[in-house]
Order: sequence, then structure tokens, then C-alpha cells
Amino acid sequence: MDTPQASQSPTSPPPSRSKTDELKQLYWDRINPIIRYARRNPPLIFGVLLLGGLMLFVGIGYLVYDTEQYRVLSADPGDTRHPPSLQYPFGTDTAGRDLFAVAIRGTPLTLRIGLIAGFFAVSFGTVLAFIAAYYRGLVDGTVRVMADVGMTVPPLLILILIAINIEGGLSVDQMGLAVATVAWVWPARTIRAQVLIMREQSYVEISRLSGSSGMAIIFKEMMPNLIPYITASFVTSVAAGILASIGLEALGLGPFDSPTLGMTIFWNIQQSSIILGMWWWWLPPIVAIVIVFVGLFLISSGLDEWSNPRLRQRV
Amino acid sequence: MTPDGVRSESVVSRLKHATFTELLFVVFHSFLLRRFLFFLLVIWIAATVIFIIPRLSGQDPVKEKLLLEAQRGGAIQTGFEQMAEAYQKRLGLDQPILTQYKNYMFDLVRFDLGTSIAFYPRSVNSMIADSILWTIGLLGTVIVLGFLIGTLAGALLGWPRSPGYLQFLFMPLLTLSAVPQYLLGLILIYVLAFKFSWFPLFGAYNPGTLPSWDFAYIWDVIQHAILPALAFILGAIGFWAVGMRGMMINNQGEDFMIQAEAKGLKGARIFMRYAVRNAMLPQVTGLALSYGTLLSGAILIERIFMYPGIGDTLFQAIRLSDFFVIRGVVMTVILSVATATFLVDVLYPLLDPRINYGRR
Amino acid sequence: MTLEVTNEASSTRPDLSNRDFALDIQDFKVYYDTPRGIVKAVDGVSLAIRQGERFALVGESGSGKSTLAMAVMRLTRPPGRIAGGNVLLHGTDLVSISEEEMRQTRLADIALVPQGAMNSLNPVMKISNQVIDGIIDHIPEDAPKPDADELENRVNELLVRVGLAPMVGQLYPHELSGGMKQRVAMAIAISLSPRVIIADEPTSALDVIVQRQIMQTLGQLQEGLDAAVLLVGHDMGLVAQFADTVGVMYAGKLVEIAPVETIFSNPLHAYPQLLIESIPTMDERKPLTGIPGLQPSLLNLPEGDVFAPRSPIPHTPEDAATVPKLVEVEPGHWVQLSRSSVADFNTYAHLVDY
Repeated sequence: MDTPQASQSPTSPPPSRSKTDELKQLYWDRINPIIRYARRNPPLIFGVLLLGGLMLFVGIGYLVYDTEQYRVLSADPGDTRHPPSLQYPFGTDTAGRDLFAVAIRGTPLTLRIGLIAGFFAVSFGTVLAFIAAYYRGLVDGTVRVMADVGMTVPPLLILILIAINIEGGLSVDQMGLAVATVAWVWPARTIRAQVLIMREQSYVEISRLSGSSGMAIIFKEMMPNLIPYITASFVTSVAAGILASIGLEALGLGPFDSPTLGMTIFWNIQQSSIILGMWWWWLPPIVAIVIVFVGLFLISSGLDEWSNPRLRQRV
Repeated sequence: MTPDGVRSESVVSRLKHATFTELLFVVFHSFLLRRFLFFLLVIWIAATVIFIIPRLSGQDPVKEKLLLEAQRGGAIQTGFEQMAEAYQKRLGLDQPILTQYKNYMFDLVRFDLGTSIAFYPRSVNSMIADSILWTIGLLGTVIVLGFLIGTLAGALLGWPRSPGYLQFLFMPLLTLSAVPQYLLGLILIYVLAFKFSWFPLFGAYNPGTLPSWDFAYIWDVIQHAILPALAFILGAIGFWAVGMRGMMINNQGEDFMIQAEAKGLKGARIFMRYAVRNAMLPQVTGLALSYGTLLSGAILIERIFMYPGIGDTLFQAIRLSDFFVIRGVVMTVILSVATATFLVDVLYPLLDPRINYGRR
Repeated sequence: MTLEVTNEASSTRPDLSNRDFALDIQDFKVYYDTPRGIVKAVDGVSLAIRQGERFALVGESGSGKSTLAMAVMRLTRPPGRIAGGNVLLHGTDLVSISEEEMRQTRLADIALVPQGAMNSLNPVMKISNQVIDGIIDHIPEDAPKPDADELENRVNELLVRVGLAPMVGQLYPHELSGGMKQRVAMAIAISLSPRVIIADEPTSALDVIVQRQIMQTLGQLQEGLDAAVLLVGHDMGLVAQFADTVGVMYAGKLVEIAPVETIFSNPLHAYPQLLIESIPTMDERKPLTGIPGLQPSLLNLPEGDVFAPRSPIPHTPEDAATVPKLVEVEPGHWVQLSRSSVADFNTYAHLVDY
């Protein structure tokens, strides 16, 4: 376990230390366990690095590049299909969008859809799970059946029905909300199961007998233990949200004025970029989507390991 | 020494001695009946949601889009008046909402999905009937192939005695499982159809050929099916392999796995009859659960390849705002998902003796 | 219960002194490589069991006794590994034979009755098939394959021998009680009449009455096969009734080996003394006492007498730091001699050089 970092930080502090050294030590004590854990959980770290790299690309892009070029006809009119060049690093498409600007603008938009979907799906699912587990009986039965039905019906189809009934198409935020209306079933199911197991356990029982209020039990006793499951559900919901939204966009039901990754895919299909040989048009959004999904998948399997140590042995 | 006694009798012997009321009780509480009721419940709730969603928006988007199309002089030119009338009658928007709901459900029970707006007066049923065989033919094959190959790959990956170099397959498989299959399709079209021209770019058969049962036509159909099938299977292999690998690793710690080794069984037997046999169970449940997702993926693959299946029908309907066709396709897909789930539920006890038809 | 009197095994104890060793474990080591260092779960254990002998290995959980049992069968999994020593089964060293030879040895020559019978059977296979597959996989390549009837008869006979009805073969594990499952596990273990049986806490998770029955059956099977049995357990009461010889393990090492009467009447090491004192008895009602203190972490264990911190015997730090040796203080009675854990150390001090 001897590492360069570890050997730099003395375990026994020298007698005279400057304030900065003390501060360093303080931070090191915080960071060290994280690094130690990370070494035992490579999927989690690798996933975070993938997504972090993507965000870094977006962040730097916003700082150094004119992202307004994502709009149609940003490239010189008349001659719009540029392959990648110094002027247009990712080239331009048939409508004259600068595809580098599209990638920088579109990636966070797509992530935003996923985050909105994940946040509302997990919040709604968790609340429902607690209500179901608290009231039991008919309420629980209803939630369980709804979740079971929700798992049977493909989310994409419900989304299509919602999307075609909204005038003018869905905006990015509406899209996230729409996905959340179908994505709450998984969190609701997994967290309900955990709550049911937990409420039978002795520490919750003791807390109840010692007169803690329901809210206190939920937030002091149960929530801390649910965090791995809630985090995992969130990551899964974000991925499911992005997957459903890209599908919806590929079918032509997305926000036409936003350069999301899914809409870029849609324009590719619509304009037959493949037959035009414009590989620079479809490749960046696909690579970005692959990075997002692989990253999210690695994070969620890393979290699985965290909540299920049995997997640790051989991953 | 007292024998411990057999704890549970078999269901058959229990039924033999049951009175009629007891028999009724058993049937009512039986696994099969409960699964069937759930099957009906899924369809009912889904149908109700489909009924409610358009009415929640507060507008009449169908009619508006219809008029828009008519103004643009799009697909609908002839018989617009008739169609608008039929459309009014169909939705019966002037009637009380409960009557509308009743009519809608009655139509559904008769599996009458209504009439297309864009291709009036074609019935939605006939449009779906025309396209669904393509979907079933392609999807049926790829779901089975993807599941089998993926599960086997995952089983080998999660088996400690597999050669070490197999582990290098894990990252590619994981990546494949994370990529939406229709995006794989795009890449495949570019590389194998556009760059190398090994396969046709899109469609299910050459536009010039007439469907017939001769060899040339079948060969043509197969050639067209390979790329979409490959896109689907590659993604599915990754998905099933990742899940199966996890289950295999989980199973390694089970007492019965250690005992199988302590019994000195041959490696192949432990692999097949102990490890794979048990790790398969959640895979089969997963097949039922993800059938809907797989079907959604297939719809998008058909869109990419312009494959004339139900997904393409759906896409064309979305493009033309053909509300009843969209609704019909969605209903058909939900029906097929519910049926598949029901079938897996019914067949599952054959795989897992712990699930008993009589109990639960 | 009074321990000395009810020992059926000892009253009819066969004279094994002139028989050969069936299982001879020599300086055996099982280590676990963990990110925080090497865990020495079994650290230089030597013991030998004669044909027909019942040897019980006892100790607290975590003392390495189950690890030892699994390692003898060569079932240790990474991050665990056999780090040294020999396991001679009728003279063949199990540590050095090939994986395929080991596979053929398992069940045929050395069989395991597992811990936690609840889950040791494949949940999706009929009992009879789980008995049969072990038999089939040990038929030599050139031998004729037995037909289905023959195998069925053999399964039925085995089930009857462990006290089960033949129809149990047609059931699935979830249809059996815990005791029945453990009997099935025993039927599997004796299916090829092995000369050595390792029983790894065979009665854990069973209720007291069933425990007794299972141990009786195990005893009958042992006598029938004249097998050597290595019983791993922590229940001193059950061990007293079953075993001929008892070995006491602490923190990966054997601290005392003795005939069962001796270990109960005259234990020399402080640890077995405390273990025996902590057994509740019928005639003497006293509060249940455990042994004060905790077993040390096996990670980076210090040299010397590891029991010293818990030992009630007064000692100096130098006593505790001296590496103790396992010596035979009288025929068949071995003790790990240290000033810190053996009260009578001075009586035997001439046997060691410290």
C-alpha cells in the first residue's frame, strides 16, 4: 500500500509545522480515504472520470469557442458541408450549423434532460415508496400494482403519446419532466422494498419504541441507510431518462430549436448524412452518447458494489 | 430416531382430497389466475392512460394538426369532410366523458383500433397487420439469438475457470450494452453498407422485386435483414452478458457452488447444471421485464433502416400526425408486452421448482 | 449434562494406537492476501488422524478451523491460498497433486459434510440427481456406465442409510426441513464410501434435538465405513459426545490436542480451560460467562503467545513475546507451551528451551 502520495504525507507530524502544512494535512485526511476507496472500486472512478472528461470538454468549449455558431447557417451560406478543419473542428452540417458548437451546446442539454428526469423520478418514487410502506394495505397495493404495470409498459410509448399531444413539441425541460412521469417506477420499487426490510429491523424498532416521531425515524434512521439505493436509483433514472429522450428525439418528437445530442441524431437521419458520407456529423453525438451511457453504467455498477459488498470479490 | 417427515405434500395429492369449495379456493388463489388478472389489469390501465393523456392537454391537437395538414395540402386532400366527420364521431367529443370511455373500451375489446387519418379510409388494423409480420420475423429471431449468445458470453465471463483473456471481452460488451442499438445501427450502415457495400442500405427487400416465395426474393429479404438484426443482437449480447456475468459472480459464493466442487464434480457439470442453471433464473425474469425496452429499441432500429415493420408505421404516423395509427401501434405493442410477460410468468415455475402454481 | 460420563464414544473407544494415519496434516498454512496485508488464517497447524478415529477441531468462530477444513479439501478461494505445508491422505500429498487428481479424490477418498446445510444443495435439482451426479463423475473412463435402475437403487439405499425415506429423492431441496437437508448432505458424502470425512459444523443452524440426531447418524456412518472423521465445531457439548480426540484452535494455531477425556478433565492451556468452564451445566447453576476479551485480528499478528492478552495467568511482557512450541507432554497430549498461557508451565519447562 505504499504510494507516492502516501509517502509524501507524514503520518507523524514533524514538531514544527507551518499553517499551510496543517491545512494540507487536514485536506489530505479527507481525500486519502476517498482515494483508498477508489482503488478498491475502479468502475466508480472510471465512470466519474469519463463523465468528468466530457464535462471538461464542454466547460473549456464554452470558454474558448463561440457556441452561438450552433445555429443554422452559421457557416458561410452556399457552401455549408465542411469536413472538420481548423476553422470548424467538427465540420458543419447541411444546414450550416457549426458542429463543434453543437457538440458543446448539446451535451449539457441532453444531460440536463437526464438530470431533471432523474431528480423528479427519484423524488417522486421515494416519497411514494415511503407512503406505501407506511400506510401498507390498500395504498401499498395500489402503488405496487401501478409500479408493476409501469414496468411492463415501455416508457417510450407513453412518451410518444404525451409528446404528440403537446402543441409545438416539447422543450428540453418539459422533456425531462415527461420522462420523469414514467421513470419513477424503478426507484419506487427498489426503495419500497428496502424500506419494508428496514422497518422490521431492530434499530428502527428501538427508535420507534423510544418515541421518535415518524419524520425523525425517516430522516435520522432510514434515510442514511437508503443513500446507496437512492443514489443508484438516481443514476439509473438519469440513464433511462437520457435513453428515452434520445429515442423520442430520433422519432422527431424532440425540441426542434435545441441542439441536443438526440436532435443532432434526428437531423442526421432526416438528412441521410450517412449516404452523404458526412461521418463527422453523426460521429460526435454518438461518441458523446456512448461516453454518457458507459460512464453512468460504470458509476451505477460501482455503487452496486458499494451497497452489495459480495460483488467486491471479483469485479 | 424419528424421521423428520416430508413437510410439503405435492399439489396433486392435495387436490385429490379437496372438496369442491376447497378446489374453487385453490383455483381462485392460484398463481395462474392471479397472473392472468394482472395481465388484464396491465392492458386496462394502459388503455385508460392512453385515453386520458390526449384529454389532459386541454387542446384538440389532433384536429388542429389535421387542419394544418389540410391547409398545407399535404397527404390528406381527398375526403377531408368525410374524414373530419368520422373523426368527430369516432372521438365523440360532444358526448359525456364516461360515454366516450365506454365506447373506446368497447372498440378495444373488439380490437377495433379505428381508421387512419392520413390514409383514410384505411383501417388501423389493416395497416398494422401489413407491417407486423416484418417486425415479428426480425424481432423474434434477434431476441432469441441475442438472449442466448449474450447469456452464454456472460456465463463464460463470470466463470472463474474461464481463460483469462476472455476478460478483455468485458469492456467491449459493456460498451455495447450501454449504446442504444439504433446508434449501433447507424455505425453499421456507414461501415458495412455505405463504405464496403456488403449489405443494402435500408428497406426489407429491393423496391423493384415483387414478393414471392422464390429463392431470389428470400435471399434478398435475408440480406436486408442482416444489418438491422446485427445492430439489435450486438446490443442485446452486451446487455445480457453484463447481467449474466454479475449473477454468475454472485452465485460463486453460494454454498451449493462450494459443495458442488467438494463433490468432485466435473467442471462442465458444475458450470452448466449448478452455475448457469441458477444464474439463468434472473435472466429469464429480466427477459420478461425488458421485453418492452427491447421492443422500443426495435422500433427505433426499424426507423433507422426504414424497415417496413410496425416501428416504421409508427414513425410515418408521427410524421403525419396520424393519431389513431399512433394509438393503435402503441396499444398493439403494449398488448404484446403484456402477453410476453404473462407467458414468462406462466412458464417460469417450470424453470424454478421453488415457485409453485398452487401458492404465492 | 455431565461431560465425563455421557461420552459414548470414549466408553467404546477403539484402540487406534497401532493403526496408520488416514489424514496427516503437517505445518499447514492458509493465508489471505488482503489490501491491508496478509491474514494468516491457519498458521502452521499439524495434526494427524488415524483410520477410524474421530477428531474434533474446536475454537471460536474466526479461529481458522473452517478455513483449515476447506483448505484440506483444496476448496480455498482467492484471495485465500495454501501458503505451505502438506496434507497427506493415506500418504498422498493433496497439496501437490493436479487439479484433476484432486477432483477425483474429492468424494471418492475424502468427502465433505458441509456447514450450513440450508443452502448447500442446488435449489433447482431433484435430490436424487444431486446424489447421482457425484457418483457418475467418479466413474473411471473405461468402466461400464451404470444403468438408471442401478443408480436409483443406490440412491435409495444411501437415503435409507442416513435415515430418510427413498421418496425424498424425488423432492426438491426447498421441500425438505433443515435436518433432512443435512441428512441428504451426509448421503452424498458417503455415496462413494470415502475413508476420510470432513464435517464442517454439520449441525449449525439446526435445533438442539435435530443436532443430536444428526450427530448420532454421523457416528453410525463413521463406524460403518471405519472412516476417519475431522469434525469442525464450536459446541463443546456435542464434541464431547462424539469425538475420540480434540484439537483446540486459537487465532490460526493449535493450542492443545488431547484425548477427549483428558481435554475435559485435565486441560493444560488456559484457553481450553476457559472454553470448558464456560459450558453451562445442569447441576451447577451459574451465570453464563464467555471468555473475556476478543480474539485478536489475524492481520499482522505479533510474534509470541497470541493468547497472552486474554490469559488470566500472571505473566511478564517477555513471557508473552516468547514464541511458544507445541510439545507432547504425555502420549497423545500436545500443548502449546508458554509461561503466559500455561499455569503448569514449570512442570514441563524441561521439554522446551525457553
